[in-house]
Amino acid sequence: MRERPPLLAVRDLHAWYGESHVLHGVSFDVHAGEVVTLLGRNGAGKTTTLKSVMGIVARRRGSITFEGRELVGRTSNHIARLGIAFCPEERGIFASLNVEENLMLPPQVRPGGLSVAAIHALFPNLHERRRSQGTKLSGGEQQMLAIARILRTGARLLLLDEPTEGLAPVIVQQIGVTIRRLKADGFTILLVEQNFRFAATVADRHYVMEHGRVVDAIANAELDANMGKLHEYLGV
Amino acid sequence: MIPTQALFGQLLIGLINGAFYAMLSLGLSVIFGLLNIINFAHGAQYMMGAFVAYFALQWAGLGYWPSLLIAPVVVGLFGVVLERTMLKRLYHLDHLYGLLLTFGVALVVQGLFRNEFGSSGLPYAAPPQLTGGYNLGFMFLPTYRGWVVVCSLVVCLTTWYVIERTRLGAYLRAATENPTLVQAFGINVPRMITLTYGFGVGLAALAGVLAAPIYQVNPLMGADLIIVVFAVVVIGGLGSIMGSIVTGFGLGVVEGFTKVFYPEASNTVIFVIMALVLLVRPTGLFGRTT
Repeated sequence: MRERPPLLAVRDLHAWYGESHVLHGVSFDVHAGEVVTLLGRNGAGKTTTLKSVMGIVARRRGSITFEGRELVGRTSNHIARLGIAFCPEERGIFASLNVEENLMLPPQVRPGGLSVAAIHALFPNLHERRRSQGTKLSGGEQQMLAIARILRTGARLLLLDEPTEGLAPVIVQQIGVTIRRLKADGFTILLVEQNFRFAATVADRHYVMEHGRVVDAIANAELDANMGKLHEYLGV
Repeated sequence: MIPTQALFGQLLIGLINGAFYAMLSLGLSVIFGLLNIINFAHGAQYMMGAFVAYFALQWAGLGYWPSLLIAPVVVGLFGVVLERTMLKRLYHLDHLYGLLLTFGVALVVQGLFRNEFGSSGLPYAAPPQLTGGYNLGFMFLPTYRGWVVVCSLVVCLTTWYVIERTRLGAYLRAATENPTLVQAFGINVPRMITLTYGFGVGLAALAGVLAAPIYQVNPLMGADLIIVVFAVVVIGGLGSIMGSIVTGFGLGVVEGFTKVFYPEASNTVIFVIMALVLLVRPTGLFGRTT
């Protein structure tokens, strides 16, 4: 199964915010078609890892390859054009754009993205509220919009930063359904989560981060056997 | 009793001034929105536009019509170079630094032109197609002045349409809010910033060409105007596109009428309005209260 090289390979990644050294040699792989989570406490470096892959954290060292191409040294607009899309933790819905403009904003970087009709079928609320100001949507709808708009672009690797944060359980379930649906459609997803119960319902594998490093890797099937260890890592 | 002729005459002068206020404050707003730079060089760039038209005529025999295109392009390119070499180093700093740099650029440019051309105006004729005028019955409308008002309206409304209603404008609005995320969607935001500055500066230069036949070409023409334009921008709300347009024309007219009814206040009325607006709505009439 694993003879093919990974879609995304991160090796000895270091990253800095200004003077503060946040990532200290992160290494992990994501294979095509997988849903992989980065678990860990606040400040472990999960979001920084996503932002480093995307090129939003500019000061980074080590190696990140996507389909064999090196990403370290490229700016985020070039990285996006290679077929990676990012959904930020704060969702990043634009207040000066309506729902439709928010949805249509990210340019298509490759053929094969979801059509607008398919996106509206997946998220009917976005169609009903397409003329509303983006930030007038509820938190759950904004999260749907933030995910929806990167599905149009043709990007095959989606970086989702805590998509369930602060949302009601019924919305979290809906996001779970969406992620499994996207996986079935062949998307590859790298997911940052604090909520490992949610992560367990969608992911193939989990990496645990601590102090800017990956300290453990757990297959989803082995999650139950490792529950004690995981509680210790996450402090829950 | 105020004679109708005087009233409409001042209304026209107000509309003409308003046309320039609107075009200039529009450029300032677009630049401030995306670059976070208060472009104090705007008046100097307006003056440069008028001078490019003057040079084009003196040196190359190119008249008014080609200058409407040449001046915005030449001065816009000057803006692009300024942005690439200097302004881009200031984005992460306080507004004050951009203001100081552009103010310095304005002083240098105006000083150079004043050394070379003195401070009395150089005449620049309106094109023959736009000389003469129409008797509207209640007033006489010089063709060129009507043209300036229409031209400014078309330019302003087109800019508004592009920014508020097109995909390109959506990029611009989104990048004004969150440039990092827009770039992470695959847009070359640094290039967009450069072109936006070039566009705003080009708009000032276009206003300069339009102004040349009315006010003559003078190294200090922008320095005089820009102070009022900044008051207009403050009243309209920095960063608001429609606000700049409406406030620009509106205040031009208010200023014109003040000349009729209370001439003593005509030079200060805009600043009085600015003070009142700031007391009631610190973000300006059209500014977003966030």
